Amino acid sequence: MFRVVASRMIVPNVHLLTLEAPAVAREAKPGQFVILRACEEGERIPLSLSDWDAEMGTVTVIFLNIGFTTNQLAALEEGKTIPTVVGPLGNATRIEKYGTVLCLGGCYGIGSIFPIARALKAAGNRVFTLLEARSAYLFYWEERFEAISERVIHITRDGTRGYRGHIDRLPEVVKDLGVPIDRIIINGCTFLLKRGSDASRPLGISTWVSLNPIMIDGTGMCGVCRVTVGDATRFACVHGPDFDGHQVNWEELLHRRKAYMVEEEVPFRTSRCNDHGCKA
Amino acid sequence: MAKTQKKTLDLVRREMPKQPPEVRRHNFQEVALGYSPELAVEEARRCLQCPKPACVSGCPVEINIPAFIDAIARRDFGQGIRILKEKNCLPAICGRVCPQEDQCEIKCVLTRKGAPVAIGRLERFLADWEAEQGEPELPPIAPPTGKKIAVVGGGPAGLTVAGDLIQLGHQVTIFEALHKMGGVLIYGIPEFRLPKAIVAREVDYLRRLGVKLVTNFVVGKTRTIDSLLEEFDAVFIGAGAGLPWFMSIPGENLNGVYSANEYLTRINLMKGFLFPNYHTPIKRHKRVAVIGGGNVAMDCARSALRLGAEVRIIYRRSRQEMPARLEEIENAEEEGVIFEYLTLPIRYHGDENGWVKEMVCVRMKLGEPDASGRRRPIPIEGSETVFPVDAVIVAIGNSPNPLIPSTTTGLEVGKRGNIVADEETGKTTKERVWAGGDVTTGAATVILAMGAGRKAARSIHQYLTSH
Ligand SMILES: Cc1cc2nc3c(=O)[nH]c(=O)nc-3n(C[C@H](O)[C@H](O)[C@H](O)COP(=O)(O)OP(=O)(O)OC[C@H]3O[C@@H](n4cnc5c(N)ncnc54)[C@H](O)[C@@H]3O)c2cc1C
Ligand code: SF4
Repeated sequence: MFRVVASRMIVPNVHLLTLEAPAVAREAKPGQFVILRACEEGERIPLSLSDWDAEMGTVTVIFLNIGFTTNQLAALEEGKTIPTVVGPLGNATRIEKYGTVLCLGGCYGIGSIFPIARALKAAGNRVFTLLEARSAYLFYWEERFEAISERVIHITRDGTRGYRGHIDRLPEVVKDLGVPIDRIIINGCTFLLKRGSDASRPLGISTWVSLNPIMIDGTGMCGVCRVTVGDATRFACVHGPDFDGHQVNWEELLHRRKAYMVEEEVPFRTSRCNDHGCKA
Repeated sequence: MAKTQKKTLDLVRREMPKQPPEVRRHNFQEVALGYSPELAVEEARRCLQCPKPACVSGCPVEINIPAFIDAIARRDFGQGIRILKEKNCLPAICGRVCPQEDQCEIKCVLTRKGAPVAIGRLERFLADWEAEQGEPELPPIAPPTGKKIAVVGGGPAGLTVAGDLIQLGHQVTIFEALHKMGGVLIYGIPEFRLPKAIVAREVDYLRRLGVKLVTNFVVGKTRTIDSLLEEFDAVFIGAGAGLPWFMSIPGENLNGVYSANEYLTRINLMKGFLFPNYHTPIKRHKRVAVIGGGNVAMDCARSALRLGAEVRIIYRRSRQEMPARLEEIENAEEEGVIFEYLTLPIRYHGDENGWVKEMVCVRMKLGEPDASGRRRPIPIEGSETVFPVDAVIVAIGNSPNPLIPSTTTGLEVGKRGNIVADEETGKTTKERVWAGGDVTTGAATVILAMGAGRKAARSIHQYLTSH
């Protein structure tokens, strides 16, 4: 069993969960993920690591409360336990000295891109951070990014902070930065990954995305996470989760992510609302 | 030992009661219900007690078959189970899933008369009888040796190694990637063929013996083999063959196309058939095609059927070549699975939402025998056939996962990613590391995995007591 050390909503509907998982914390690297189950009857879901502390033996994940399992996780109180935290899974993001790197995060990806940005900085890169959200009140961890970035730039759909609009404005942002960017790394929802990659393509900047398809085991056994990258079928859990954003077949991935949209709602509608079907 | 005596041949193989097909196709409960003591004794009495029993040579672990059958005939079931367990620590499982018709039973002299003794059913009977007697007594455990062994993978190979070594006084820890022990027995083989309570009983027995069971631990990720070797005196790798093959044909990544592993894991490990009480969804498809002709394909087909679908098995050769156990092919036929022999899918078409809606196949004919001795299927030109489907399950095989070899130094692997190990001892090319089961052979059988575990345990014990 894995004990909850911290659990809170950091901005509306975005939750942070810190769990005691010493074996995972010891090995964790930027860009990796864990698979969790919220209760004995629960499904297995992958969540990117946003932070860890090898000494304390803890790992931190940040997630949007959108489905049945994330709803259960969000409701966890400190001191409670969950039955599965397994990892660290997937390959770490490749950290090298690229020169100047633009780290783009949105939603839960603001959390998961932070350790990547931190490691890139430590490897001697100039790091610019671009944070994307619907509105200014959805940003978090800014002081963390301030500490390691040359600059933190914002883009909001409603224009309450920074650029107004969607990530399609990326070319403008890059132009305004006035420095050549050697690499773009994107973490966040599939739409952000796709539109960010589309927007960076004309700039000819190598763009890497952390994919987040449905997974069950997370070790290459089930193959539900397969994606087409270039001409090849890849398993996001073992070959990824990072891929060249200009090579990913986005249409297929978006379809595959929606495969269980209908079922996702069923437990909400049918569960005994006093216990939500399990004891977590 | 019973004396050989002249008796009239009884050529009526006693049938094991089963749920009728029209009932069982709607539930996930076990199909075969097992012999009653009376039926078991009657069947056991058919055994001729041959002085040179051929059946024993057909069993990969050389169970003393005539002796345990004789014990049943004498109604000494306790003696029978003791004889079985000398060689096989998982008889309740092997009695259910062994391909007896290709192993022990095919060698039985009565096979020539069309009625081999039902060795597997008798094995199952004894194991079930033992379970009814309550918790089995624990065997004596040798004094502690102070040696520590790490077992990677909680399938039949790993469970066997752990059970054998703990009794010899060593400390044993099993590290399992999933959240439950059992390997394929838990995530692959369905409830209706192997009730999960039986697997749980075997795992619980190991716990009572003192084996440490660590789940949610992926060796190679959570910790490498090299790191385990710093803490443990020896490591046994029984990580199975869990990497699913696909055919690389157009449309294979459409929604509704599954690997057998995904489909079966959703149902068996995650209990998707109990959704929403269990939270992992499984679709209730209408028309399902299962590609392949092995046990895995039968299990997928019969699971999909139980979830309400019309199911077709698509197999590129003919019925004679199908590798699945005969009993399971017959069960699938009785339950109403449709078989399309000599048929090969070549592409899938999807709808506007990315869901598979059609499967295009070609028909085949059989040519000359290939390397495996089976006649090679050749496509018939102009024979394209379209099947409307809303799901396809690809069950054409698995190979070992590269995760462990790729994170371990000095571990040699073969062409198909299998870890190279000595057949007699399970020793790998790496010092203090042994391996056995599907991870060394590629997808094989439970009894072979168990047998490999036995041999490795013996070799590990020898090594530990001489070093
Ligand atoms: C659907 C299906 C039906 C079958 N039917 C039959 C049948 O009727 N009769 C028969 O004899 N055989 C059958 N088989 C084959 C049989 O189940 C296998 O041959 C047998 O289970 C192999 O045992 P094993 O211990 O080598 O591996 P497995 O049973 O595969 O167990 C390996 C275990 O190791 C774990 N693991 C893998 N990698 C790691 C890692 N890195 N770290 C930690 N743990 C890890 C896996 O999660 C798994 O639990 C069937 C197989 C399938 C899939
Ligand atoms: S273990 Fe399998 S092969 Fe051996 S006697 Fe039992 S059923 Fe036959």
